[in-house]
Amino acid sequence: MGEPRRGLSRRALLTTGSVGAAGAVVGAAGASAVAREAPAADPGTRTVAFRGAHQAGVVTPPQDHGVLVAYDLVEGADADALRRLFAIWTDDVARLTAGRAGLADTEPELALRPSGLTVTLAVGPGAVEAAGVDVPSWLGPLPAFSVDRLEDRWSGGDLLLQICSDDELVVSHALRLLTKEARTFATVRWVQRGFRGPLGRDRTPRNLMGQVDGTANPRPADHDALVWRSPTTTPDGPRWLDGGTTMVVRRIRMELDTWDEIDRTARERTIGRRLDDGRPLTGGRLEDDPDLDAVDANGLEVIDPFAHVRRARTDDRRQRILRRPYNYDDPPPPGELTDAGLVFVSFQADLERQFVPLQRRLAELDLLNQWTTPIGSAVFAVLPGARRGEQLGQSLLT
Amino acid sequence: MKRLTTLLLLAATTVGLTACGSSSDADPATEASTVSVQDPWVKAADSGMTAAFGTFRNAADHDVTIVSATTDGVAGRVELHEMATDEDGQMVMRQKKGGIVVPAGKTHTLEPGGDHIMLMDLTRPVEPGQDVRVTVRFSDDSTMSFTAPARSFAGAEEDYEGGTDHGDMEHGDMDHGDHG
Repeated sequence: MGEPRRGLSRRALLTTGSVGAAGAVVGAAGASAVAREAPAADPGTRTVAFRGAHQAGVVTPPQDHGVLVAYDLVEGADADALRRLFAIWTDDVARLTAGRAGLADTEPELALRPSGLTVTLAVGPGAVEAAGVDVPSWLGPLPAFSVDRLEDRWSGGDLLLQICSDDELVVSHALRLLTKEARTFATVRWVQRGFRGPLGRDRTPRNLMGQVDGTANPRPADHDALVWRSPTTTPDGPRWLDGGTTMVVRRIRMELDTWDEIDRTARERTIGRRLDDGRPLTGGRLEDDPDLDAVDANGLEVIDPFAHVRRARTDDRRQRILRRPYNYDDPPPPGELTDAGLVFVSFQADLERQFVPLQRRLAELDLLNQWTTPIGSAVFAVLPGARRGEQLGQSLLT
Repeated sequence: MKRLTTLLLLAATTVGLTACGSSSDADPATEASTVSVQDPWVKAADSGMTAAFGTFRNAADHDVTIVSATTDGVAGRVELHEMATDEDGQMVMRQKKGGIVVPAGKTHTLEPGGDHIMLMDLTRPVEPGQDVRVTVRFSDDSTMSFTAPARSFAGAEEDYEGGTDHGDMEHGDMDHGDHG
């Protein structure tokens, strides 16, 4: 169960610094999983530590490719079945993330270049129930929002794996291996694949609408207060989730064909940020908060009352969430030009306090809603990390 | 005398390196004490027969031979098997005469399509994620035990030349349609 320990390369340090400045996610603190870059130039050998107090793949800087797979437990699956499944997955994930083949891996060569692979295990209400444990009230469908057009085929699930790597082949191999090993315990409910562009020099991830996305993410120093569950962040428990977090997965279709109809100025007004560099329309730097009170020469608010940044923003710093989305671009149905959007993923210690108020503000009045439609939704509990000698899900199954 | 000292030192080192999940006899002079096993696993199965795999490493300067194996009650009968070509040119598995040799200073891997430890007449299902305790016996009568976790596996469906009681090696309801 060795974890390769390699020194942070100069490039990794530079990356960490600039990503932090852009407000994106970096796991650089404490017991969090920390990306370790190989000293060699070969990015395929990069590994992200699996063992630790928290699972990797949450505050880990997002890799280029990701897949989310939700499973339904087979009928009769109980705590013992979960214990065995989690033992299998713990072993395989420990191997794969270290660049070693799975135990019964039929394509062992595909495991050798993990390219920053992380696999994150989360449970839905069905798995908690199967474990014989009380299901937390928030672990279930989100409140219905007026903008939702949810489809069953993208919603719900008893178990979830989030598999991310800079190499898409690695993602596919891990997905197949982990799904094969689970076949007697669970069936695949849905799979959502996503991608992110490699970050350019400006370190600003963009979505398929061309917008700079994720600039308001909490800094690493805030992760303990905003992301990880603990007696401090979530005093009411449950304690089996301490060290874990809550996860929202929303499939948000982008109406790119009607988005094409509006001009650049209107697009910027919808968001409240400049398209070219993501800076607020009221000026300042990318990472600066927009000046919501600023007015133009005519006395009109520079940031539209219904602009996305105004609706998404909160004065309550404790309400912020950690966004870790991926883009999707699937073959369109007959007669349509595009089927694209965002696999929205967010992590927050307290779902009801952090996510729900934000989503409600956006659902009520957000200019962006005209061009975005939530078509899938699921809530999961990300289990705490597995330290050396531990198995994932241990706290749930004791 | 010098040779014996070297051998003892070597044996002591290999015991220290023994992979997790395995244990060897304390006597450093035995064959078992020079052998370790890495990544052992068993194919999950509902009933009938299945197989155990893994990589055996022999740190001694002489070959050692596994002559038999047992489990902790999971299998009514355990045989050491190899894959070979029969007179019709078909790959079949059959008992490995003389046992499985782990060469001096080298490894020998038991894997689907190759040598394996055949667990027969299963007394209960071997469910994925369960551990099976396997004990192998060497030609000097020393033994080594290790824990082999069970995994779902679609392969290792080889035909057994000697067997007439070929049970269902596949767990679950999947039907591969190649059982006699």
